Formats: sequence, structure tokens, C-alpha cells
Amino acid sequence: MMANLGFGTLVIAFLLSIYGVWAAVYGVRGKKPAWVDSARNAMLLSFPLVTLSVITLIILLANGHYEVEYVASVTSNSMPLYLKVTALWGGQPGSLIFWSWLLAAFASAVTLRNWDRDREFLPWVVVVSLATLAFFLGLSIFLENPFARLWQLPAGIITKAMFQPAGGALFFPGDGRGLNPLLRHPGMIFHPPMLYLGFVSFVIPYAFAIASLVTGRSDDRWIRVTRRWTLVAWLFLSLGLILGGRWAYDVLGWGGYWGWDPVEIAAFMPWLTGTAFLHSVMSQEKRGMVKHWNMVLIILTYALVIFGTFLTRSGVLSSVHAFAQSAIGPLFFTFIALTFTISLGLLLHRWQELKSEVQMTSLLSREALFLFNNLLFIGVLLVCFWGVIFPLISELVSGQKVTVGPPFYERANAPLFGGLLLLMGIAPLAAWRHSTGKTLWRAAWKPLLASLVVVGILWAYGTHHIVALIGFWLAGWVAFVTLYEFWRGGLARKRRFGESLPVALWRLAGRNRRRYGGYIIHLGIVFMVLGIIGIEIFQRETQATIPQGGQITLGPYVMTYDALTNFDTKDGRNVSRADVSVFKSGDFVEKIYPQRDYYYDSQQPVTIPGIRSTWEDDFYVLLVDWMALSSQGATFKVFYNPLVNWLWFGGIVFILGTLVAAWPESESELVKPGARVKSSVPSRMR
Amino acid sequence: MSNSGSQMFGRMKFFIGGLIIVTAVVYLIASSTQESAQYFLTIEELITKGDSIVGRNVRISGAIVGESIQYDPQTLDLRFIVADVPADNKEIEAQGGLANVLHAAVTDPTRERIQVVYNGPKPDLLRNEAQAIMTGHMSSDGVFYADELLLKCPTRYEEAIPQQSSG
Repeated sequence: MMANLGFGTLVIAFLLSIYGVWAAVYGVRGKKPAWVDSARNAMLLSFPLVTLSVITLIILLANGHYEVEYVASVTSNSMPLYLKVTALWGGQPGSLIFWSWLLAAFASAVTLRNWDRDREFLPWVVVVSLATLAFFLGLSIFLENPFARLWQLPAGIITKAMFQPAGGALFFPGDGRGLNPLLRHPGMIFHPPMLYLGFVSFVIPYAFAIASLVTGRSDDRWIRVTRRWTLVAWLFLSLGLILGGRWAYDVLGWGGYWGWDPVEIAAFMPWLTGTAFLHSVMSQEKRGMVKHWNMVLIILTYALVIFGTFLTRSGVLSSVHAFAQSAIGPLFFTFIALTFTISLGLLLHRWQELKSEVQMTSLLSREALFLFNNLLFIGVLLVCFWGVIFPLISELVSGQKVTVGPPFYERANAPLFGGLLLLMGIAPLAAWRHSTGKTLWRAAWKPLLASLVVVGILWAYGTHHIVALIGFWLAGWVAFVTLYEFWRGGLARKRRFGESLPVALWRLAGRNRRRYGGYIIHLGIVFMVLGIIGIEIFQRETQATIPQGGQITLGPYVMTYDALTNFDTKDGRNVSRADVSVFKSGDFVEKIYPQRDYYYDSQQPVTIPGIRSTWEDDFYVLLVDWMALSSQGATFKVFYNPLVNWLWFGGIVFILGTLVAAWPESESELVKPGARVKSSVPSRMR
Repeated sequence: MSNSGSQMFGRMKFFIGGLIIVTAVVYLIASSTQESAQYFLTIEELITKGDSIVGRNVRISGAIVGESIQYDPQTLDLRFIVADVPADNKEIEAQGGLANVLHAAVTDPTRERIQVVYNGPKPDLLRNEAQAIMTGHMSSDGVFYADELLLKCPTRYEEAIPQQSSG
């Protein structure tokens, strides 16, 4: 009954989306505004419909309706309620419908905005959003139906189908298989929705870009309208990536946070083009330049979002080199190819209208530096894309399957990341339009000197690793430039308005949220760089089997194995937990409890580290194995991760900076569209 | 005249700047690919290649033979035997999916097999008929020394539920 209701609303939403696309095109072609309004209503209505379907699925999940195959595959009796609900995105069929639901929510929200100043965009925004929605709903209905049920045929065979097969009777399993234990972690509860929110919200700026291309409106209206959407999309994507890293560190038990796994890269690629886009649109807003390029970036981002959804959810990549394993593979590729070709076709069609208003003249101007920043981001993107598709290419070309691993990405990306950091320090000091080496040097020498002093101090204290020193130098350079910018701006306000320095800084950031929010993001990156240098270059590890009371020494730490306890929990786990005392420089500092949870329902153990965490370093202990009689000993794998906490701290700063930049600014709406820095008043001083 | 000349120069310097970055990216991709490329072979291919592949960094995949698993928790030495499975997905699909292919590989005594040695904690998923994806090298004694071991158990996620339920 419930399953039928959920499936039924899904089908209605699907038909409605197709109708909406048709009505919008028909209305705008035939100049019949009533049809466009009807399309708009269809888009508005898609949200309650998909919501109803999602609620139905959640009810099925929460109440253990195991006759529904999806419910049986991701939940079990012993799981707590919150995990049953979040199992909504624990498998492919559920995550696809979740994706559709988010898209319907955003699309509906967009219809409610005030369209007075850009009425002509409306039908095309509807077309793009609803066509995307129809594609995802279609996948759910025809291929990955979360409501399909289990039926027992007369011959005793169990089969999966939406509707009753001839002679079949509903089959009710007593228990489900349960969510993959690795996914039963707070990080995993928030990580996928954040990533998805990021993915889905990029559809909206793309829809406006396409609307702008179709209608031939060549100003930057679409960018202004979607600026906040883009930032919010980027915020969620960043948050999703950071949470994913934290989850890997806490649960996966290999002492790391990022493994250049194709699935991770799939989420990273739209982030790269999105970041390039966020920088590049400023050149268009301020100077009316690089309009083609911004279109290319948003089109690429959309394609990569769809590609990323496919890669992260279809599971095709967890098998080493399989792309077309699942039935949805070819459909995804067709959809991506189709939308990509149409988008590029539209862009070529409007090529002349989108010519830059001015020429770029100075190599050291802000807009030129943004261009180089973009090239580097695209460089990183190419490295990632090449790494993901290389096995396919080599197989096509040479018939030999060849893969590249993390060393490839690290080696190829490290100099590009270094270049990005270098630019991150130069660009804030450079002026728009025209900037000379001389003026730049006048602003840059102080932060440069300060960063070199830092490197000197590190050298004197015994850090001689050359890559690490370069990394610390770049981090210091960006940090000092950014702080210097705050200082200069604050001081200028103080002099001009007679404010105290804290007030001046607060107002400075408050009045130019985008600029100073961006700088806070840069500072977040600096902190993250410290953490990454710490764990990538200075990580140490060891493993040993020790008897009860035995010790392992690593870096400045000594651990002793005190005891092992074993017990069952109510949620269906058998926990083996070691009591470990941690000593630093001979003093007891903390007791930690590395443990292994064995999940009865999925017959799978999960290794959870015990971590002694400080700003200086993490001491990370995994319980690998133990004897039946605990007195005989246990095996531990131990990591010493210097500075890694700065990575998480930097992530928080990064997100706060994005919030500052995205926070609604009442003034900005008053600025006339198209106002550029042609006037002599520096925008910063407004 | 001089105006158009400086404009030419103006364009030129961006072109050169861009070209430097593009060249750097291409160089980085090409050299890193060469440096870290790993051949992906089936066990049958690995055996056929014989001595020519000894010592080279390769990635192989195979089905784990359950009764061959030996683990010494003192030294963390892990030894097991893997059986040849096809690498081509179409072939896997044609033979009824990964779970069936793995099962067939382990139960078929005529399949090519190799001994694998790995040092490290025993992975949680290591069990009979799991797919092992390993990076490492073949030594001249015919043993594969794995530096990295990834496991995949299709059965747990894909198999129909009925067996374990009471109805």
C-alpha cells in the first residue's frame, strides 16, 4: 500500500516534469504566457509530490517494511531509528530519490523569487531544472526503484518487482541486512547530504546560465542572480568534502583523510570548476571580461556534478576499472553528452554577443591573476580527470589495462597547488585593470619578508625537509598577505572614521562581505595546508603485537596495553575494546580506547581508532587483532600524525569564511546592475 | 603603429603566460603517469608473462581461496592463495555477476592460482570468495608480494536476502 503510494507520486512527479518542460517551451515559442505560468506551477508542485514519495520511503524504512527490497538491503531490526531514517541515502535507489527531492526543493524555491527584472529567464530555468529532475525521476522509476518489493513465486523463487508477478505472493523477510557498518557514523550521516546539496544547488546557476544563452541576454544578470546560489552550493560541496575526510580519518582506520580514490575525485572535480568559477565571475562583474569562460565553467561544473553523482553512487568505480557495469551507466553518459553538447552549441551560437567589453592589458592585474588561477584549477581538474579515465584510455589505445594511484595525483598536483597558493598571496595585493611590478612589490615585501623569517626559524629548529619548507613558506606568505590586507583596511577605516581597530575590522568585513569572507576562506586554507603538510610529510607509523602491560614507542609517545574488554551492545554489535594508556615524555597524558565492533547483521567488523588529539599532533591507535585470552596480547597499528588538527580547524575557518561571503548583504541589491569599477572611487572604500 | 605594436605585445605576454602553465600541466601529467603507471593484469596474464614481469609494479585481482588463508598475528604475515577471475566486466556479467564468477573461480581446481604474501593487519573483509585487488610485484619464486590489499565482497551487498530470513 505505502510502496504503491510512494511509487505513484514519483510517477506523477515524473509526468509533471515532462509536462512542465513541454509547457514552458510551448508557452515561450507561441507567446502564450499562460502556458509558462502553468509550467512554473508544475515546477512548484514537483516539490510536494517528491516530498510525499520521500516521506513514504522514510516511513517504510523506519518501520522495517522488509518486503520492500531497498528497506531490507539497508536497514535491520537492531538499527536505531535515526540510522533507519538516514539509510534513505545509504544505497543507490534511495540516494537517487533523495537527489531528486533536493532538486525539486531548490527548483520550487527558485520559482518563488521575484522575477520582475528577468521574466524572460523563467521558462528556460524551468526547462533546465525540470528536464534534470525528469531524468533523475526516470532513473528511479525505471531502473533503480526504491519501492520495488520482494515476491515469492509458486516455484519458491524470490524475485524483485514493483508489481505482483503472476502467482506471486509478497515475501516478508524477518530482518534486513542492515546498513553497511562503515556508514553508521555521524560523519556519514551528514557527509552525503552535504555533498548532494552542493551538487544539486549547482543546477540552479547552470539553469540561469542556459536561460541567459537561450534568450541572448549578454549582461551579467545571470551571475548576479545566482551569486548566492553558487556560494551556497560551493559551501555545501566544501563541507561535504571536509566531512568525508573526517569520516575517513575516524572510521576507515588507515590513519589518513584523503586517498585519491575515484569516488573522492568525483566529488572534488565539480568543486575545482566551481572554485574557478567563483573567482572568474568577479572579472565579469567588475570588468565585463571572460564571459565565454564563465559559461564554459558553469557548463563544465554541471556536467561534472552529474558525472560525480553517477560515480559516487553507482559503485561502478569500487570495482577497479568498471564504468559500464550498471544499467544506469550508459544513460548517465547519454544525458551528460546531450546536455553538454546542447550547452556548448548554445554558447557557440551566442559567441559574438559575449565578446569582452575591454581588453586585458596588465599581466599583474587582478583579472590576469584570476585567469592564471583559473588555468591552474583547470590543470588540477585535468590531472584528476586523466587519472580517473586513464585505465579506459590505455585499454582502448594499447589493449593493456594500466592504472595510476595516489602517487600520480600527489606528484602532478603538488606543484599546481603550490602555484595556487603563490597566486593566493599575490592576487589580493594586485589592483584591477592595471598593476605594475613596482606597486606590487611595495605592497608585497613586508609579508614576503615575514614568511621568509618563519622559514628561517623552522630551519633553525631542525626542519630541513625541502618540500615541507616550501609548503610552510607558501602558507606563511598567504597568511601574512591576508592579515596585512585586514590590517591595511582596518587602519584606513580607523583613520577615516575614527573607529577603534576592532570595530573598524568588524565593519570592514561587514561592509565587504564577499572580499573579506574570501580572505577568511584563504586563512582557512592556510591552516589546512599546515595539517596536510604535517600528516603527508611527517606522519610516522609502526605496528606490533604486545602482551598485556607491554609498550609501543612512537615519536614522543609511549603507549601501554592495559586490558581488553569484550561485550555486546543493544544495537547488534560485539565490541572488543582495548584500554590503552598514553604517555608523553614519560608523563601519563590520556587513556584511549581503540576498538573493533563486529556487526552481527552484516557480519562485518569495523575498526575504530583511539586518538589522543592535540594542536601539536595526534597519536592514533588501531586495535588490529587480539588473542582469545587477552593475557596473551594484542596487535596494534599506531600512527603519529603531527599538526593534523589544523586541517579540521582550517576546515571550520573555511566554512565560516564562506558563510560570511554568502551572508545576505542588503546594500548589494541597491547597487545598479552593471555598475563597474570605472569610477575613480575604489570599491573597497565605499 | 606603436599602439598596435604594444597591443600585439599585450596579447603575446598573456599567451606566453598561459602557455607556460599549460606546458607545466601537460609535463606534470605525462611524467607522473609514466612514473606511477601500474599494469593491471589478471592472474592468468601474470603467469603467462612469466619472468618478464618479475619485479615490475603491477595490480592484480583474484578470488580468495578461503582455506588457504594463514595469518600470524605476531609477525602480521598474511598468506593466501588467489584464483584467476576475468577482468572484463562484460565477461563477468555474462557469467552471472561478480559473486558467481568468484565462486566459480574458487571451486574450479583447474584455474590458475598464485600464492600471495602480505605483511600487515588482516583486513576485515578477507574471507573465502572475496575479491582481492592487490598492488605489488611478482618475485622469481612465483610468489606475489602485495604492498597494498583491497577487498570486495559482492555477496554481502548484492545477494538476495531470503537465505537468512525466516519469512
